[in-house]
Amino acid sequence: MKLTLKIWRQDGPKGRGSFESHILDGVSEDSSFLEMLDQLNEQLLGEGKEPVAFDHDCREGICGTCSLTINGHAHGPEDSTTTCQLHMRKFRDGETVTIEPFRAKAFPVVRDLIVDRSAFDRIVQSGGFISVRTGSAPDGNAIPISKVDADQAMDAAACIGCGACVASCKNASAMLFTSAKAAHLNLLPQGQAEKDARTLNMVKTMDEAGFGNCRNYGECSAACPKDISLDYIAKLNRDHAKAKIKKIFS
Amino acid sequence: MNLDPQIPEGPLSDKWDNHRFSSKLVNPANKRKYRIIVVGSGLAGGSAAATLGELGYQVDCFCYQDTPRRAHSIAAQGGINAAKNYQNDGDSIHRLFYDTVKGGDFRSREANVYRLAQNSTNIIDQCVAQGVPFAREYGGLLANRSFGGAQVSRTFYARGQTGQQLLLGAYSALSRQIAAGQVKMHTRHEMLDLVTVDGHAKGIITRNLVTGSTDAWTADAVLLCTGGYGNVYYLSTNAAGCNVTATYRAHRRGAGFANPCFTQIHPTCIPVAGDHQSKLTLMSESLRNDGRVWVPNDKENCGLNPNDIKEELRDYFLERKYPSFGNLAPRDISSRSAKEACDEGRGVGPGGRGVYLDFADSISRLGESAIRERYGNLFQMYERITGENAYKRPMRIYPAIHYTMGGLWVDYNLQSTVPGCFVLGEANFSDHGANRLGASALMQGLSDGYFVIPYTVGNYLARSGAGAISPDGPEVKEVLESVKERTSQLISPQGKRSSRSYHKELGQIMWEFAGMARNESGLKKAIGQIQDLRDDFNKNLVVPGEGDRLNVELERAGRVRDFIDFGELLCRDALERNESCGGHFREEHQTAEGEATRDDENFAHAAVWEYKGEGKEPKRHKEDLKYENIELAVRSYK
Repeated sequence: MKLTLKIWRQDGPKGRGSFESHILDGVSEDSSFLEMLDQLNEQLLGEGKEPVAFDHDCREGICGTCSLTINGHAHGPEDSTTTCQLHMRKFRDGETVTIEPFRAKAFPVVRDLIVDRSAFDRIVQSGGFISVRTGSAPDGNAIPISKVDADQAMDAAACIGCGACVASCKNASAMLFTSAKAAHLNLLPQGQAEKDARTLNMVKTMDEAGFGNCRNYGECSAACPKDISLDYIAKLNRDHAKAKIKKIFS
Repeated sequence: MNLDPQIPEGPLSDKWDNHRFSSKLVNPANKRKYRIIVVGSGLAGGSAAATLGELGYQVDCFCYQDTPRRAHSIAAQGGINAAKNYQNDGDSIHRLFYDTVKGGDFRSREANVYRLAQNSTNIIDQCVAQGVPFAREYGGLLANRSFGGAQVSRTFYARGQTGQQLLLGAYSALSRQIAAGQVKMHTRHEMLDLVTVDGHAKGIITRNLVTGSTDAWTADAVLLCTGGYGNVYYLSTNAAGCNVTATYRAHRRGAGFANPCFTQIHPTCIPVAGDHQSKLTLMSESLRNDGRVWVPNDKENCGLNPNDIKEELRDYFLERKYPSFGNLAPRDISSRSAKEACDEGRGVGPGGRGVYLDFADSISRLGESAIRERYGNLFQMYERITGENAYKRPMRIYPAIHYTMGGLWVDYNLQSTVPGCFVLGEANFSDHGANRLGASALMQGLSDGYFVIPYTVGNYLARSGAGAISPDGPEVKEVLESVKERTSQLISPQGKRSSRSYHKELGQIMWEFAGMARNESGLKKAIGQIQDLRDDFNKNLVVPGEGDRLNVELERAGRVRDFIDFGELLCRDALERNESCGGHFREEHQTAEGEATRDDENFAHAAVWEYKGEGKEPKRHKEDLKYENIELAVRSYK
């Protein structure tokens, strides 16, 4: 395959970015999107140019490191797929492919296609945990948990924290991420003791980090490589309203 | 080199108890006076940093990823073992211990493995309490599945994402400590050297991968939780960033490296498709619970559509050769059998390097929906990569490098030969011998981090006293300068070859001569070729840009440089270990049927390598392994 790549290059957070075009020939249909970028970088090195910086690690769709907005879609055109698992057989020979970083105010560009998603860590640090001291846990079977609840918690916990939800939302809202993180714990009996504080704190941190508001467009869930459901946003709104009311009357 | 394993007195089952009681404690009010550096934030590092922070120590945790939640533990699919015996199928701590030692082909340390089996049950409790959504039965109790190398169902799992869920559990505990100010997290930092003062580990040197600055950090103890070295083969199931630099640099500063030749090949990976490939993808071994492995009886049929090959023309080779374990034979044995079938010309798919993993029988017995429920995400992943539907057509699988049992030598306290430098998880060598059983890596990482290190590091600190040195001290400065010099040497805009191309070539040498089967002449050849590769690297490497900013080529060049040196050490170790055991298969040592033959008389020891300086031959030491509770036996899964 022969492709024309329009790639975003940016020196640093304060630099002015712009698109750069490259022609890449001899791309295998069986290679992954990131392997195609590896090939481009080898070509750039041969030309004495600096390679394109992009984030990646596990290359099997689970670590959430890779990002990229490809032809306007976070993680590219294929549903339920991270960039690292997207394969070139999904593109046509001769196609022009536009590659940009995940864009959001709360995700400043570090360099080229790499962005800073540490705001997600801060949201989790503000309440995305159950406070249990190491070694003080009761037997694993002490509290039976219905399969339905466990499965729902697992569906939420499948979030890989990649940020595609934010990048695809026109408001750059982080509601899908935050709601999945909160729901995973709020759905389980172990998570009940801290449920209200968790919900209020995580939402507060999310707002302070500069993410936009949720308007229920649903782009986030459509772009999510792990198909996290919009239902969790509804649940977060409900948990948040309850927690707030309880706080007012307490 | 002092290789006293420090195994506590008493019967096996009392050793850990006795040791915990005889360990010195640090007074709660004094804990905050100690600084501990944790390098790596996977299951071992994340759980250790969280637990030590919670205890009151001042912890600095470093990872090269952009957040601690991304370490490669996250990719573990199948599950975590624990001797809970919830299934009432005859499991016990002793059985898990026995299975692990036997699975490791009698090359692990009894006392460490027994402690691991003891801790296994606490891990499940801890993780459930953290909110890890393990699979449940309809009655609400925890579900189990079976795994390779065991005849009981003791594996706990969270769909095909067990590693992810356990890591998110550790990450949530870590996040809580970060918020509490007990742990300071340093993301996008890579450790480039270890600082020792009077032989004790007192700090590390890191590169800030964003700004490019090289900095020194000092502490009372250093914990290396930096994972394995599978990427020395270039193609492996490891993440792109996994590297040997932290452990190899510590090795250069005096930490003995044990059994580097013990590498594990995982039998169920997606076969190589072409030259462009940058990594191999693993499919959980749990697939072997319901999939049957086969190749055609005759070479001539390899090109046919597998669904057109009649039952009597198929060779279910694992079931044939190992009737009692069948498709659940341990990883090394299954991998070698697949290689044999392909060597005979009966492999399938591109290049003939693949065997079928067939779900047709299970689908007709249980229905497609049951299989989808169990393995849906794996089938989906397979389709994305290969473009084939495994519900309709058997999967193609082939072994790939997956895990490394070797690592820095540690004693019972997980302390390396450098006092104050502790090594946890895959980065150490102690628990899996020459072969690791499935669902045991997660267990070990969490056992080390949550339940072992809090006791043993406390004991070290209480006995050695607080004494973190200043980052401006002369010993620190010296190491810092040497790291800076090495970095500036790597930058070479005029060079000709990329670090990736060197890495690829190294990987080809390693896979060919030190992969699934090894022999004397091949290993000698490999050592020569690696030395030539190093000379070429030093002359022709290209690294553009500057050192004082984000520079991915520079990062990779440093890692590849260490992989080259380490690859040579691995081959040397494989050459000296003149026996077959576990993942280390020397062609000179096999039975007529092709089974590995161990040499317990001469090799029932851990080989520990001492670094002797640039360009000098390393020295091989031995820690004899004593088996007092298990009789050394031929490992049979027939």
